Amino acid sequence: MKPHTIDSIRQGLKEKQFSAEELARDTLAFAEAENSKTNAYLTFASERALAQARRVDEMLARGEEPGPLAGVPIAVKDVILTRGLRTTCGSRLLANYIPPYDATAVIRLEQAGGVIIGKTNCDEFAMGSSNENSAFGPVRNPAALDRVPGGSSGGSAAAVAQGTAVLALGSDTGGSIRQPASFCGVTGVTPTYGRVSRYGLTAFASSLDHIGPFSRTVRDAAVMLRTIAGRDEMDSTSALAPVPDYAAALDGDVRGKKIGLPKEFFEGLASETGDLVMAAAEVLKKLGCEVREIRLPHTPYAVACYYVIATAEASSNLARYDGVRYTARASSASTLAEMYRLTRDEGFGPECKRRIMLGTYVLSAGYYDAYYLKAQKVRALVARDYAEAFEQVDAIVGPVSPFPAFRLGEKVNDPMAMYLSDIYTITGDLAGIPCMSVPCGKTREGLPVGLQILTRHFNETDMFRLADAYQRATS
Amino acid sequence: MIRHEEVRRVAELANLALTEEEIERMARDLSGILAHVDKLKELDTSNVEAMAQVLYDAPENLTLREDMERPCLENREALANAPLAGSGYFKVPKVIER
Repeated sequence: MKPHTIDSIRQGLKEKQFSAEELARDTLAFAEAENSKTNAYLTFASERALAQARRVDEMLARGEEPGPLAGVPIAVKDVILTRGLRTTCGSRLLANYIPPYDATAVIRLEQAGGVIIGKTNCDEFAMGSSNENSAFGPVRNPAALDRVPGGSSGGSAAAVAQGTAVLALGSDTGGSIRQPASFCGVTGVTPTYGRVSRYGLTAFASSLDHIGPFSRTVRDAAVMLRTIAGRDEMDSTSALAPVPDYAAALDGDVRGKKIGLPKEFFEGLASETGDLVMAAAEVLKKLGCEVREIRLPHTPYAVACYYVIATAEASSNLARYDGVRYTARASSASTLAEMYRLTRDEGFGPECKRRIMLGTYVLSAGYYDAYYLKAQKVRALVARDYAEAFEQVDAIVGPVSPFPAFRLGEKVNDPMAMYLSDIYTITGDLAGIPCMSVPCGKTREGLPVGLQILTRHFNETDMFRLADAYQRATS
Repeated sequence: MIRHEEVRRVAELANLALTEEEIERMARDLSGILAHVDKLKELDTSNVEAMAQVLYDAPENLTLREDMERPCLENREALANAPLAGSGYFKVPKVIER
């Protein structure tokens, strides 16, 4: 199948080259066939997709405007709830869970005419950097099938990279959108904290969780973000700030923009990744940006800070999986306490247990101040680094990951090595600022590398403008 | 190095019934991660306020909405995913012996 964009679908529907229903059928058939290679999807939403596509076709036939995403096939990460459509969170505990309501982001996509074709594989409860922590098997990277797609939104990144979805929803807590986007060679966006409602997103670490878009082009990500962003009274942490028309600002003009390259982001980087990122910075310079080195001095503390805060919050959020209301239940338990323990022990995979244990430990009596409170203070220092940097520059660019996609199994036995690979993505989440990954070339082995762009709170517009200008200049 | 007893104590707090093998592994993994986390102690944070909120420039009453009745999940829907339900309730093993 020829890879589509939002615009090519709009054009195709208008010129009657295909109907939304035909496109949905072809996409579903293609996605189901490709799935034997990559395992990107856990559930296909054939009925829902075809019903929605027919609705779009009927509106078009009546001469009505079906919305900015009319007929666009969309994949949704399986930690985001879809009413009546199985949502597993990549966990055995929720293998048969059918949500009774839709996430706000899902409602908004469908209201805009989007066609949800399936739910994508991910690390269990979004905990992982390789998608190897899914209870339903790992996802394989479409660019190199012996390699991981990144995580935790590995299925969403792979789906867009394969062309089995034009857009996908992911979630990002420490890099779970940007890192798989960079590994699979697609665009991935973590918006400002609070920009997109988390109603219906399964909570992992509530002060760090984001929902955001995957797409092939920057323009498509901009259109998708505008569709899902904005205040939602079902999520009290969603921001009131008005949502601009991001795509309308993509004029390719980035002259005079000041770009910072953080020195700390280029230490310990694989050489090819560093070369590709520096080459991308050169492109921005040629487009008229002023590029200079900056400092983000607390970066070396970010991983430690993150793994205290994220696991503390996770240990609390994951307490709800107790075998009473919606999870599977261990059948051998005879008392309530035993039921909780056996259900959780049989249900959670090793990484979730490790994080629940670490989070419970850092919050337990005698350790709260030394770990949790300390980490919250260090978080303030990381956020302050960014605030000070943005007094000097309009945007920061750097790598997304220290290296490209690694081989399946390569890092599973060393949790600390896996955590350290999140170093460049974690700081943006801690600060709550918008950040994204845009493809910036491939290594000699053909592995995609991503360029990360970060801007001030709620300044997604400049982030998209730079990413789009870069993408246009290089394609 | 975290002692096995401590791992057991935390597992109890977290409602996890870990096997001996898991306890062994957990003690090793947690010790490794906490050794890295100790890096935080290098920083003087005595004059830093903890970042408990990420963005909060909104009015104080933002989280409040008008106290009006609105439809919620029906009993049947709320129970649909329960491993065991009956008479409109979630069922669990007996807690109080008669």
